[in-house]
Amino acid sequence: MLRQCVAELAALVSDASDPDDPAVGRLFPDAYPSDPEAAAEFRRLTQEELRTAKLEQAKTVLEKLLESGGEVRLAEEEADLWLRALTDVRLALGTRLGIDDDTDIEAELDEAVGRDPRSPRVGQLSVYAYLSFLQESLVGALMD
Amino acid sequence: MAAPQTGTAPVEIPDVEVVPEVDSAWVTIVWNDPVNLMSYVTWVFQKLFGYSREKAEKLMLDVHHKGKAVVSSGNRERMEFDATRLHGYGLWATVDKP
Repeated sequence: MLRQCVAELAALVSDASDPDDPAVGRLFPDAYPSDPEAAAEFRRLTQEELRTAKLEQAKTVLEKLLESGGEVRLAEEEADLWLRALTDVRLALGTRLGIDDDTDIEAELDEAVGRDPRSPRVGQLSVYAYLSFLQESLVGALMD
Repeated sequence: MAAPQTGTAPVEIPDVEVVPEVDSAWVTIVWNDPVNLMSYVTWVFQKLFGYSREKAEKLMLDVHHKGKAVVSSGNRERMEFDATRLHGYGLWATVDKP
């Protein structure tokens, strides 16, 4: 499931030509939300590099997942890259799921399972919850 | 207060207003978002700006409770650089005059 999410992220990031997709918008935010000209200029100068970086991160994580067979060990420098990739996946998923400040993931999951346990939403919410836990653990390990 | 930069970049003076732009007076703002973990945001602030754990945590809590916080200040180019780095870590950063 994680592999699928990262693969989808890679697709989102490599085809950032749909600026109206809210997930893409969240991954490449406006630096000047009230100045469209400055925002466009900033985007023109920085988006390509940012896109390349995010794509590289996603690919690196995917490769490691594919060759790892389930258990992954990370050196500190790798952890930084993984954290960024995980963040991107969570941002894309979170945007798609409509996560906001009041969202209670557990409650959402219960509700979604109640409505239809086989719905894609159940899978997405589960993955989102799992990735949040994973990210928390990873940050915790780095902060110690 | 930062001293005026003597950079080599040309200064564009709009022909409508004659208000000189003090290029050093800009800030980078990080906005609250529902996805990023508090611990992660704290870690990013420490990593990118070299802030102590306490300062990074305080800034993170400002973002969390007030909706946004100024994380750095300086000239515009530097602020855009900071915003780009923050975007690289998935934070929502903008550049503005204070």
